[in-house]
Amino acid sequence: MSPMAGRARVFGDDINTDYIVTSRRKRESLDPEYLRHYLFEEIDPAFAATVAPGDLLVAGANFGCGSAMEVAVTAVLGAGIHAVLARSFSRTYYRNAVNNGLLPVVCDTSAIAEGHRLRLDGALVYNETTGESLPGEPLPAIMLAIVSAGGLVPYFRTRTDFDSVS
Amino acid sequence: MAGKTITEQILSGKSGRNAKAGDVVVCTVDSAMGTDGSVPMALDYFQAMGGTRVSDPSRLVFALDHYAPPPTRATALLHQRMRDFARDQGVALWDTGEGIGHQLMVESGRAWPGALVVGADSHAVTYGALNCFATGIGSSDLAAIMKCGRIWLRVPESIRVELTGVLPNGVYAKDIALALARELGADGAAYQAIEFTGSGLDSLELEDRLVLSNLSVEMGAKNGVFPFDARTAGWLRGRTRNSYSPVSSGADARYARHVHIALDSLVPLVALPHRVDRVTTLEDAAATPVHMVYLGTCTGGRVRDFHQALAVLHAGGGPAPGVQLVVTPASRTELETLARDGSLAEFIAMGAVIGTPGCGSCCGTCGTIPGDGVNVISTANRNFKGRMGNSHAAIYLASPAACAAAAVRGAIADPREVTP
Repeated sequence: MSPMAGRARVFGDDINTDYIVTSRRKRESLDPEYLRHYLFEEIDPAFAATVAPGDLLVAGANFGCGSAMEVAVTAVLGAGIHAVLARSFSRTYYRNAVNNGLLPVVCDTSAIAEGHRLRLDGALVYNETTGESLPGEPLPAIMLAIVSAGGLVPYFRTRTDFDSVS
Repeated sequence: MAGKTITEQILSGKSGRNAKAGDVVVCTVDSAMGTDGSVPMALDYFQAMGGTRVSDPSRLVFALDHYAPPPTRATALLHQRMRDFARDQGVALWDTGEGIGHQLMVESGRAWPGALVVGADSHAVTYGALNCFATGIGSSDLAAIMKCGRIWLRVPESIRVELTGVLPNGVYAKDIALALARELGADGAAYQAIEFTGSGLDSLELEDRLVLSNLSVEMGAKNGVFPFDARTAGWLRGRTRNSYSPVSSGADARYARHVHIALDSLVPLVALPHRVDRVTTLEDAAATPVHMVYLGTCTGGRVRDFHQALAVLHAGGGPAPGVQLVVTPASRTELETLARDGSLAEFIAMGAVIGTPGCGSCCGTCGTIPGDGVNVISTANRNFKGRMGNSHAAIYLASPAACAAAAVRGAIADPREVTP
């Protein structure tokens, strides 16, 4: 993954996928270009209008719990967000993030506040606003290969099967 | 195999490796299910991957359950696309009205002991009741399975949940699950497996185990697995054509945590809005007004659930005036049984709205949407704000009997205290 930098957009614990984008919206369209306009509409109605490409999502524990619906990842990518930092993820959100090339970083997010400037190099997070470094958990090789490829679609364009795990 | 949890053993077998908790393995999938909520995206991914033919269509099935029946043209088109694809590729499809994919998976024998079964929907954990590794995946995972028949999985650590004793009168499997949610919290089993064990299992019917496996994902679990016994064998008889080998945990298997629940000590519980782990006793929540009662879903939509609810409704003289009772059987088979044994006619006589077998109102994608300020009590598994399609409604989760008691009183009540 190439390094990235951006502004922190901060949420709390137990943000479920229906809060990220409701299944009602998913009924209307699966297009991320459409769904990004409804990101977090139930819990932060101002978010969709203020999100900018390059922003980084920051959350507490259990981010993406609930439904396994993948639009909760593709809508985030559709808004130009390329990484999510959280104290922990729900496993289905984590999978879906990896499989779509959205970098999930597990780290202690408690000291990150809305608007902080963050720099991300692999699993290492540097908070430019506070000067603090946060070690994130490195991804296992196969997940790194998938996320670095940009997700399962580009991964499988050049393969007929998963690489064997060493 | 000594030293391994049920989950480690199954994932070792399916990956051909000596898999231990923390390893990442690539496994062959025995059986996969996708719904109208996940398959349309999976078809997009599959085609974008250059996929043309599904690697083994016999292992795959589609369920039209989230939009059953389709409430909009857009969702009707999703169904058409799935039907066309399934026909062209020789993939089995459960059409609108046949029921919830998860229920049909366990009814039809597409989940069996020792198997690796996935569903592109979080409640695929339900099948763990049948002694298999069952987990929820996304649309992209399903597309990869369609392409190569395999999936990457991190082998989870396991939490051993020991159940002892027998449930008291008026306390049900749903109460065990809510007690566990209260104990572990909504992310207390994140990235982990729950392995149920103990002498308390002897008194739990297969339907009870399905409830516990189903709700394991609400604690973040990757899978919720039961050992194999005579009840498992009885359920599978005549249902699955697959030969199977039951899996039991090794004597010295390592667990991340041990939890003990004494069934005799449990009381009827309820999850308060808007979190499944915000659990209190029915007694503490008593007299909370209830306007809508929802009986159904992959948690509480089976014949046994409706019979438990009907017994309380009878004892209490039916629903209170002004309470909306919605009945949505989990499958057509369950609906047919209710029709044959007279239960359906009784629900209709009580003024219940009967929904098409499927996910119904549970996730707000079709069915009855509650109004603003409405308190719903439901046999479902999730009560997030907005879950049933209106963020201005509040959802309480409880057993079928407790939901029925609330219908009788028009307020949360203990089913044991409901009389005419």
